[in-house]
Amino acid sequence: MQQATRVSAGVNDFAIKLANVNGTGSASANGLLMQSMFRMGLPVSGKNLFPSNIQGLPTWYEIRVNHRGYTARSLDYDLMVAMNSQTYARDVQEVRPEGYLLYDSSWPLDPELLRDDVHFLGVPLAQLCNDAFGDPRERILMKNIAYTGSIAALLDIDIAVVEALLGEKFEKKPALRDSNQKALHLGYDYAKEHFECPLSFHTEPMQANAGKVLVDGNTATALGCLYAGATVAAWYPITPATSVMDAFKEFCEQYRRDPETGRNNYFILQAEDELAAIGMVIGASWNGARAFTSTAGPGISLMNELLGLAYYAEIPAVVIDVQRVGPSTGMPTRTQQGDILECAYASHGDTKHILLFPANPAECFEFALKSFDLAEKFQTPVLMLSDLDIGMNDWVVPRLTWDSSYKPDRGRVFGQEELEKLKKFTRYNLTDELGVAARTLPGVDAKGAYVTRGSGHNKLGAYTETPDEYQEVIDRLLAKHKASADFVPAPLIENREGAQFGVITVGGCDLAVREALDLLEERGIPADSMRIRGFPFDQRVEAFLANHPFCFVVEQNRDAQLRSLLLLETAVPKEKLRSVLVYGGFPLSARHVVEGILSRL
Amino acid sequence: MPSIVKPVATHPSLQRNELGFTVRDYEGGMSTLCAGCGHDSITAAIVRALWELAVPPHMLAKMSGIGCSSKTPAYFVSGAHGFNSAHGRMPAITSGAAAANRTLTYIGVSGDGDSLSIGLGQLCHAIRRNVPMLYVIENNGVYGLTKGQFSASADIDSKSKRGEPNRMAPIDPVTLALNLGATFVARSFSGDKEQLVPILKAAFVHRGFALVDVISPCVTFNDHSSSTKSYLYTRKHKVEATESNFVPKAQEIVAHISPNGHGANVTMHDGSVVRFTSLPANYDPTDRTRVMDYLQQHTGTGEVVTGLLYVNPSVPDMHEMNKTPDIALTEVPFEKLCPGAEVLDKLQEDWR
Repeated sequence: MQQATRVSAGVNDFAIKLANVNGTGSASANGLLMQSMFRMGLPVSGKNLFPSNIQGLPTWYEIRVNHRGYTARSLDYDLMVAMNSQTYARDVQEVRPEGYLLYDSSWPLDPELLRDDVHFLGVPLAQLCNDAFGDPRERILMKNIAYTGSIAALLDIDIAVVEALLGEKFEKKPALRDSNQKALHLGYDYAKEHFECPLSFHTEPMQANAGKVLVDGNTATALGCLYAGATVAAWYPITPATSVMDAFKEFCEQYRRDPETGRNNYFILQAEDELAAIGMVIGASWNGARAFTSTAGPGISLMNELLGLAYYAEIPAVVIDVQRVGPSTGMPTRTQQGDILECAYASHGDTKHILLFPANPAECFEFALKSFDLAEKFQTPVLMLSDLDIGMNDWVVPRLTWDSSYKPDRGRVFGQEELEKLKKFTRYNLTDELGVAARTLPGVDAKGAYVTRGSGHNKLGAYTETPDEYQEVIDRLLAKHKASADFVPAPLIENREGAQFGVITVGGCDLAVREALDLLEERGIPADSMRIRGFPFDQRVEAFLANHPFCFVVEQNRDAQLRSLLLLETAVPKEKLRSVLVYGGFPLSARHVVEGILSRL
Repeated sequence: MPSIVKPVATHPSLQRNELGFTVRDYEGGMSTLCAGCGHDSITAAIVRALWELAVPPHMLAKMSGIGCSSKTPAYFVSGAHGFNSAHGRMPAITSGAAAANRTLTYIGVSGDGDSLSIGLGQLCHAIRRNVPMLYVIENNGVYGLTKGQFSASADIDSKSKRGEPNRMAPIDPVTLALNLGATFVARSFSGDKEQLVPILKAAFVHRGFALVDVISPCVTFNDHSSSTKSYLYTRKHKVEATESNFVPKAQEIVAHISPNGHGANVTMHDGSVVRFTSLPANYDPTDRTRVMDYLQQHTGTGEVVTGLLYVNPSVPDMHEMNKTPDIALTEVPFEKLCPGAEVLDKLQEDWR
C-alpha cells in the first residue's frame, strides 16, 4: 500500500489493530483498552469492524491515538494483535513496515507467514491462562484481558487506570474482578519481563479530554429523544439501529417512571415490521405526541409508503436512520451513507423530506432534539441520517449540555381558544408565512374535527379530484419544504488562505476530511470546506458552490448521492462537482480523501 | 360526491341522549357508496350505538385504511377526528394513536381486503397487543373499488359476478381472532341492526381489542345468486348462535333467561353488563375453547354463525401492560418528560 499520507508513529501517535474471533469476549477487552487511553487524556478513537454473526467469525477493533486530534480511521497499523488464526495471513500483511505483531506464542507461528520487516512479539496467552484458570470459558475470556495487559506494558498505558476501570465494571462481581485483574497482570508482567517496554510509539498522559465524554451515537440519539419529550417510540429490531431503542428504553425506565405511581410516561411499541413502526409514529403524532422510530436502510425502504402519507397529510414524524451498507440486506454491520437519496425523496409521487446529518454523537443528541422541533413546526417527516460508525462506536465528544430555557416547538396547533375565534375550522388553508397550516388534535373540540386523508384533498381538507384544488395543496407543500431550509442545521464552512477549490462532505466523513484538508495544506494545496448538515439546502450552500471553481464531494456511497442531491437541488453545474467515493463498508480514512483528491486534481 | 350535503334541519321531537345530543349529531357526511350497500347500514348502526352510549363526539377517533368500507368514517360523527389512512395500515396507526392518548374511544372501520390481505399482519398484531379499539370488518368477500376481484374472505366455490368460482380457502376473521387471543369476538350482518347495535355498544366499552365481523353484501359485485356473501344467502343461512343485550352501567339488571334455558351475564370492565339471553347448549361465551369447538363444528356447513361469540373482560389491554398513566401521554407536561440539565450532567459521569 502506498504510504502517501503516513505520519510516523511516536508518542501519542499510533494505531493498533486487534484481530479477534467474535463472541469470545474480545469486544469488552478492546473497549477497556480504548477507554483507558481516554482516561489518560489522549485523543483516541475505537472502531469496531464486526461481522453480522453471533459467534465464530472474524472481527477487528482499531484504536487510533493522535495528539493532534486526528482520530479518523488510520490505515497504518503500528501494532497488530493477531488473535485469529483464520485471518492471520491477512493481518500480518496489514502491519506497516517496521511495525509490531503480538501473537499467542502457545503455538508456533507458520514460518511462511513471517515478515522480515515486522517485529513479532510472542506472548503465550493460552498457556498463561490455562495455567491460571480452570474453567474453559474463563480461559478463553481471560486471554483477552491478558493481551490487554501486555499492550498496556508495551504502550505504557497507566495500569492503575486499567485496574480502576475493571474495578468499576465488576464492582458487584468481586470474583470476576479478581480474575480480570489476575489476567491483566499475567499479560502485563510477561511483556515487561520479555520485551523492551515501552515501544518507541507509546502513550504519555495528556489533558486533551477535559470537558469531554466517551459515548456512541445511538445512546446520544436516544438521549436527545428523551430530552425532546418523545413519549411514543415504535420500532422493529434492526442492526445498527437497535441500540437506539435499547438506550431509549433504559433512559425511560430511569427517568420517565413516575416514582409515586410507578406509571410509565412513555410507550415503546415493538412493531411487527417497519411498515407498522412508522404507522404507529404517525398515529401518535396525529394525536399530538412526540413520536419517533429508529431504523436502518431496509426499514426506510418499507417506511416509504407511509412517509408519503405523513408528508401529504402533513403529520409530524421523526425517523432515525442509522445507515448501513445496502442495497438489500447488504452488509448489516458495515457503515455507509447510502440512504441519502432514498430519504430525501422517500415515497411515490412528488415528495421531499427534511434531512439532518449528524457527524458525531454530540450532534446526534443535538439533531435528534432538533428533529422533533422541525417535524412539528413543519408538520412533516424529519429523517436524521446517522450511520453505523457514528451510532455504534464510542466517540470522544464535548460534554453534552442542556439549555434549561428550551421549550419544545409544537408548531401551529389550534386549541379551543383559537377555534373559538373561528367561524369554521378547515385544515389546510389557515397558513402562515412558511406555508404551514394550523392543525387541530383529536379529543379537544368537535369544532376542530376533520378527516385526515392520504387521498387527494383541497385546502379545506375535503376530498378532491379537481386539478386546481390538488395543485394548490401540493404546491404549498413544496413552498413549505423550501422554507424549512433556513431552519435545518446550517452547513459548517471553513475557509483556508489561498484555497483554489472546495471540499464538500457530510456526516461521519467529517474527521477524515478535516485531517485530509490539513495534510493537503501541508503539501501546499489548501482547500475550503463545507460540511452539509441539513436538507433542504440553504443560501450558504448555494453561495459556497457558486464561489468555488470546482468542488470535491466526499461521501460514502457508490452513486455519489450527496453530489446528485446538490445537482438536483441547487444551481451548480454538473462539471463543477467531482466525487471522492469510499463505500466498502469501513469508516473513512484521511488517506482515502487525500489520494482521491490528488488523483482528480 | 362531496358536493352532496345533508339537510341540517332537525325535528324538535327527536330524542336526546344524556349529553343532550340527538342521533343527528352522530351523523356525518353524505355517503358516496352504491345504493343498498351493506356498509351504509353498518354506518347507521354505529351512529345509533354511539348515540345510545352518549360518547362525546370529539372524544371519538375514527380510523380506517383504504377501500369502500374505509370511506365510511366520513359518514358518521362529523364532530370527531377521522383518519382515512393507507391500505392495510390502520391497525398500526391506531396502535400509535392509542398509545399517545388512551382517553379517546377508537373505532377502526375496515374491509376484508384491507384486513385479511394487505393488512392481515397488522390486524393480527393489533389483536396480540390488545389495542383498546372497536375493529369493524365490513365483510363482503370482494374488492369493490377495483371492480369485483375475490377477497381473502370469499368462500370456496362462491362465484364472481362473471361466474368464475373461487378455489382458495377463505380466511375467517372470527376464528383467526380467537386463535390470536382476541378478547371480544362477534359476527353480525349488516341487515340485522337489532343484533348489531347492542354488539357494537358492548364492543365500544370493551377494554381491549373488540373484533366485529359484519357480513355486508356488495350490491354491485357480490350480491348474485351464486355468491355466499349476498343478502339472500346470508339471510337464509344466518344462525344466531348467541343472543345478547347490552345493559349500561347504571341500569338494574333483570334476569331474563331464554326459553331454551341457557343464559349468562358478563360484567364488562366499566361495570356495564352483556346479558346473554340465548346460548347454545354447553356454550360459554367466556370460554375460548368451547367457543372454538362450537365454531369448528359449524365450519363447512354453509351456516353463517352470528352473535357476540366470545368475550373476556379480564385480560389487561396494552395500557395496563405498559403501566401507562390514566391521562393521555400527550397531557403529561414537558417538565415531567425532560429530565433537565442536572440529570444530563450526572448521567455523563458514566461516560468516562
